[in-house]
Amino acid sequence: MNLKLKVWRQAHADDRGTIVDYDAKDIPEEASFLEMIDIVNEQIIEDGGEPIHFDHDCREGICGMCSLNINGVPHSKERGITTCQVHMRKFNDGDTIWIEPFRAKAFPVVKDLVVDRSAFDRIIAAGGYVEVRTGSAVDANSVPIPKDKADAAFDAAACIGCGACVASCKNASAMLFTGAKAAHLNLLPQGEPEKDKRVLAMVRQMDAEGFGNCTNQYECEAACPKEISADVISKLNRDYAIASAREAVS
Amino acid sequence: MALNSAIPSGPIDMKWTDYKANAPLINPANKRKFSVIVVGSGLAGGSAAATLSELGYQVKCFCYQDSPRRAHSIAAQGGINAAKNYQNDGDSVWRLFYDTIKGGDFRSREANVHRLAEVSTNIIDQCVAQGVPFAREYGGLLANRSFGGAQVSRTFYARGQTGQQLLIGCYQALEKEVARGGVQMYPRTEMMDLVKVNGHAKGIIVRNLQTGKIERHSADCVILASGGYGNVFYLSTNAMGCNVMAAFRAYKQGAYFANPCYTQIHPTCIPVSGDYQSKLTLMSESLRNDGRIWVPKSADIAAKLREGTMRAADVRDEDRDYYLERKYPSFGNLAPRDISSRSAKEACDEGRGVAKTGLGVYLDFRDSIERLGADTIKARYGNLFTMYEKISGEDPYSMPMKIYPAVHYTMGGLWVDYNLMSNVPGLHVLGEANFSDHGANRLGASALMQGLADGYFVIPSTLPSYLVNETPGSISTDMPEFKEAEEKVTERLDGLMKVGEKGKRTVDSFHRELGLLTWDKCGMSRSKEGLEEAIDKIPQIREEFHENVRIPGSAGALNMELEKAYRVQDFIDFAEMTCHDALNREESCGGHFREEYQFTEDDPEVQSGFTNPGEAKRRDEEFMYAAAWEDKGPGNKPELHKEDLNYEFVKPSVRSYK
Repeated sequence: MNLKLKVWRQAHADDRGTIVDYDAKDIPEEASFLEMIDIVNEQIIEDGGEPIHFDHDCREGICGMCSLNINGVPHSKERGITTCQVHMRKFNDGDTIWIEPFRAKAFPVVKDLVVDRSAFDRIIAAGGYVEVRTGSAVDANSVPIPKDKADAAFDAAACIGCGACVASCKNASAMLFTGAKAAHLNLLPQGEPEKDKRVLAMVRQMDAEGFGNCTNQYECEAACPKEISADVISKLNRDYAIASAREAVS
Repeated sequence: MALNSAIPSGPIDMKWTDYKANAPLINPANKRKFSVIVVGSGLAGGSAAATLSELGYQVKCFCYQDSPRRAHSIAAQGGINAAKNYQNDGDSVWRLFYDTIKGGDFRSREANVHRLAEVSTNIIDQCVAQGVPFAREYGGLLANRSFGGAQVSRTFYARGQTGQQLLIGCYQALEKEVARGGVQMYPRTEMMDLVKVNGHAKGIIVRNLQTGKIERHSADCVILASGGYGNVFYLSTNAMGCNVMAAFRAYKQGAYFANPCYTQIHPTCIPVSGDYQSKLTLMSESLRNDGRIWVPKSADIAAKLREGTMRAADVRDEDRDYYLERKYPSFGNLAPRDISSRSAKEACDEGRGVAKTGLGVYLDFRDSIERLGADTIKARYGNLFTMYEKISGEDPYSMPMKIYPAVHYTMGGLWVDYNLMSNVPGLHVLGEANFSDHGANRLGASALMQGLADGYFVIPSTLPSYLVNETPGSISTDMPEFKEAEEKVTERLDGLMKVGEKGKRTVDSFHRELGLLTWDKCGMSRSKEGLEEAIDKIPQIREEFHENVRIPGSAGALNMELEKAYRVQDFIDFAEMTCHDALNREESCGGHFREEYQFTEDDPEVQSGFTNPGEAKRRDEEFMYAAAWEDKGPGNKPELHKEDLNYEFVKPSVRSYK
């Protein structure tokens, strides 16, 4: 199939950037979306140009490195998958495809479609962990965890930290990401002792990074490749309110 | 140089205990003065960095990805083994040790493997305490399953995302230490070379991938946890960025590379569909529990299936060859990974392959859907069927899946002793990057176990043995060794950019050519003739690469073509070394098959009915050693050093899957 691409090109962080047109010719419909860009890049390189830079690594939907807004939607409009899992057979011959980076103040563009998502690492560093020194753990079966609780924690833990939630949100809020980690750990007995400290620190870090507020539109839930429920946001709000109240009176 | 594996004396089950009781300690006030470089942030590197920082060392950790959470450990699906015996089904440390030794086809080191089995139980405790959401039963206790043909249920799992959940636990521990100031994290930073001072590993030269800047980092020791080299084959289940450069640069600096020809081929991947393909996707092996593997009996029918003039469902039963069930009646479709992979290749080599490219076999659920109903199959494999449908565009409920083997894991790696230190003092190697625990083949669910064992529990106890003789802080990046190493890196990059400016062929086209050759001649099945051919051809690829590779852009900025170029440059040299190793190993063992060494009608094992003609023939008397290769400079054959493997506690036996 043949396609028209409209791709965001930006030489470096301080460059203004612009949309550039490319023809993607003879693309096999079995190819993945990123393989389609590989083919276009091979052509660009052979023609003496600089290839389109984009982040990617595992190409099987789990590392969270690939990003891209495809026709305005993070990871494409198909539900529950990452960009690397999008296949060309979902497009039609002659289609025009817009390819842009994830856009958010807290995710500055590095080059072309590559953005800096290190703000997410700093939110985790603020409190997204259980403080347990290696070697100090008790026997794994000494604390039974009801299956429903373990499953709920798991649903939240499925987050791959890709940032689609932020990119889809008109406020560039990171509440789904932060809420998912807080829910994962706060739901488990292991995470209970640090619950208050965790949500206060993570939310403050999130604000400091320049992410916006949540206004309950749930675009994030629709864009999340792991289909994490926006319920984690309500839980984060509840846990945060309780922690703030406790902090105020302590 | 003689290889000293530094295995402690004493009975196998007391070696690690005695070692720890007698190992030197460094007092807390002194630990603070020592600095450690960790290259890689996967299960091995991440757990080592976090744990060493908790102990008080100053740690610098490097990864090429944009965040340590993305290391390729994340992609492991199946599970992690541990000798907990929570199921009361007769498991024990000894049994896990024994299974791992046998699974490695008697080419791994007993003492290391026993230690691995011992610490496996601590790993599960640690991960659960971190909040890793392993599968649980209704009573709230941990669930287990049997994996990869094991007779006990010792595998802990987290849906199909065990690697992800373990890595996130490890990453969180790492970020906790980053916040505390114990670890300095350098994402998007790639190790370009190792720096030695007086023969000891004391630093690295890195490239900041975002700015292109070359930087020097010194420390009191260096830990490599940079993963495997599966991408030498171009197509593999590895992530796109996985590469051998860190380990290979250490090899160039004198570290021995052991058993590079031991690679693991996974039997159930989605077949290649065309030249544009960038990677292969693994389908969980659990599918083999209910799927039946077959190809048509005749090449004519196969041709019709490939051309699309006939449908798989229309092939009559008498025209189908369920070859695993035929050849291995007691294991059938669950035959071990290497046997099942090799049989698929044989069928395709006979012209009976079914994918468009001729390289694919059917994995058919027709009979189990008939027997159990589509709902049961959906409940068991729904997510895998959906994944397959997304990639291939075909519905596995109505037509059989197509699968083909692909490179998945590499057992070879830098040679290390019991302390996980290479023959270069101060250079330690963990996880898939070392060679020690899996021998010639790895058991399912053991890779995650080894990565975390090395990082959480082994290196924190063995590192002081080296550091105790060192003066902390005696190394500075102003030393001439660092200047020289940096200049060498700059020279290398300048050289590449100079060729790249005028060159015509893309880096990927070279990588593809190298990968195809390596896969063809040094993949599942090798012969002397084929390996010699590869050893002849690789220098030609190298020569053309150095004359005609195209690299746009500049070295002083984010340049992903340049990154690919220097990684492929090392893969070319590495492939040559690997072929030498494969050529030297005149036996069929574990995951690899040397065509000249197979059982024939003349062998007593065949006459007695123990095994079949055509099965892999191991040669213990001649080859029961780890082959550790020393670099002898450009254009020279590497030199072989042997570490004899002594089986004091387990008696080597011939595998039979008849």
